[in-house]
Amino acid sequence: MASSLDSSGLGVRRAVGFVAPALVLIGVFLVFPALWTLYIGITNYQLTGPAAANPRVVGLDNVVEAVRDPLFTNSVWLTALFVLGSAVIGQNVLGFGLAWLLRAVRPWLRRTVEGLVLLSWILPGTVVAYLWFAVLSRDTGTLGLLLGSPETAWLVQYPMTSLIIFNVWRGTAFSMLLYTSALAAVPPSQLETARLVGASGWQTVRDVVFPHIRGHVLTNTLLISLWTANDFTPFLLTAGGPNHQSEVLPVLIYRQALESGQLGYASAMSILLLLGNLAIALVYLRLLRRRA
Amino acid sequence: MSPLWMVRRIGFYVLITLVLAFFAVPMLWLASAPFDSKPGLGLRWPDWTFSNVVATFEHPYALTSLVNSLVLCVVATVVTTVLAALAAYALSRVRIPGRDLLLYLLLLLSSVVTGTAAMVPIFVMMLQLGLINSQFGTALVIAGGMLPAAIFILKDFMDAVPRSYEESARVFGASPRQVLSHVVLPVARPGVATIFVWAFVNAWGNFLLPFLLLRDVGQQPAAVLLRTLYDEGGSANLTVIPVFSLLYSIPVVVLYLFVSKRYGFRFHGGIKS
Repeated sequence: MASSLDSSGLGVRRAVGFVAPALVLIGVFLVFPALWTLYIGITNYQLTGPAAANPRVVGLDNVVEAVRDPLFTNSVWLTALFVLGSAVIGQNVLGFGLAWLLRAVRPWLRRTVEGLVLLSWILPGTVVAYLWFAVLSRDTGTLGLLLGSPETAWLVQYPMTSLIIFNVWRGTAFSMLLYTSALAAVPPSQLETARLVGASGWQTVRDVVFPHIRGHVLTNTLLISLWTANDFTPFLLTAGGPNHQSEVLPVLIYRQALESGQLGYASAMSILLLLGNLAIALVYLRLLRRRA
Repeated sequence: MSPLWMVRRIGFYVLITLVLAFFAVPMLWLASAPFDSKPGLGLRWPDWTFSNVVATFEHPYALTSLVNSLVLCVVATVVTTVLAALAAYALSRVRIPGRDLLLYLLLLLSSVVTGTAAMVPIFVMMLQLGLINSQFGTALVIAGGMLPAAIFILKDFMDAVPRSYEESARVFGASPRQVLSHVVLPVARPGVATIFVWAFVNAWGNFLLPFLLLRDVGQQPAAVLLRTLYDEGGSANLTVIPVFSLLYSIPVVVLYLFVSKRYGFRFHGGIKS
């Protein structure tokens, strides 16, 4: 170890000492559970009953059963819909739109819009759930009053659409922040040139802005996809109902594990969710490396 | 000013107004319902009263749960910030064997293993350790989940601290501890503050882990209590819920106002393009 590289004078031993506490915590509460999921997933472990005391290894039966289970396939489909609708399209487009539009408005208006968007992002999830009950509930809900159809129970009749719109409201802030900082990196001279040659707004975005922020679009899309796929907030709004119509994967796993007590089976589903996350993350890292 | 220009201008402001309404309308409930004599799940001009506030303060668990939230959140946030700062500093400055692999794995872990995906083993592990209903245990689980991302973001900030500062401090005989506390931390303060705020907001709003691990109502934080106020007796306790939601939201709003005044809510680097 060349000490000249070590400007802080820490030395390897002390450096390891600095890193160790964090690694221990990560190891115990993150890595170990992740590995244990793999084991529980191949057993018939249950919360109560005989299989709780003596779980038996059943191999890949759980995974096979999950893939054949209509509740699971339904849930995968709903999760895909949720990610595509609310994150890949909703948050991405609205976040970019806001970043683009707000460049040109007066500072006070810009601050107001940004403030509200950010607030919807940082308010606690349980509070936000009530805010949206007040918008979507039957009889007294704000949306029903605005549209003149108070008899519609939005969360019951259109559960997935409601969740997607809710999640656009909830998560757009991140995309807006990221695209705002990305747009600051587009050379103003190129925007000026586009304006002088009479390019429309859409042409400017497509031909001038987009080539500069392609990396940001990628980063943003992958991060918000991961977060949305693992988001537990739908539980607070619909708890998966009515009749499994909005049961995205995190909600299904929770209900299988803690409500039905099928810990082994729920872990097998968690493994599949972990694999999905891993696939998204690896695609991202690969694309990132290619750009670097 | 051509007519076309006018039309576009008007269209632009209509669009901004719609977006503003979309984000603002759900929040109005938080301003009206707490002070309405008959609060409901809907928006209306309140019939002003303070009786809901009184009822909330008299609720047996409302204030306890806010204190629980604070304990949980402070422990998780402080543990995350301190451990992440130490680790990020060491990883930024010293070539520990296997450092790059470690960083790569941390990045992967922080995005792949989420509380949602690992909820079953976390629950089983805490059950077998007898740590169900332990606030300290739950806080450590939350901190463990936040640490990889925190280390990663902080390392970027630490990398940006010029090494020449530390070298000069050492020339004047500063010990490694003095270098860290008097030179590096003050320079990296915006980064540490970012992580602190990020961790606080995350831990304050975290619902799933306390919901899984804290089963005793006397130990539950506000996130979980707010949910059970809804479930008891089948219908929502609408006298307490609006005021309690407001109280529970105040810390993050204050924190937000502080951050946007002090630093501005922007991404300063950190996110690789």
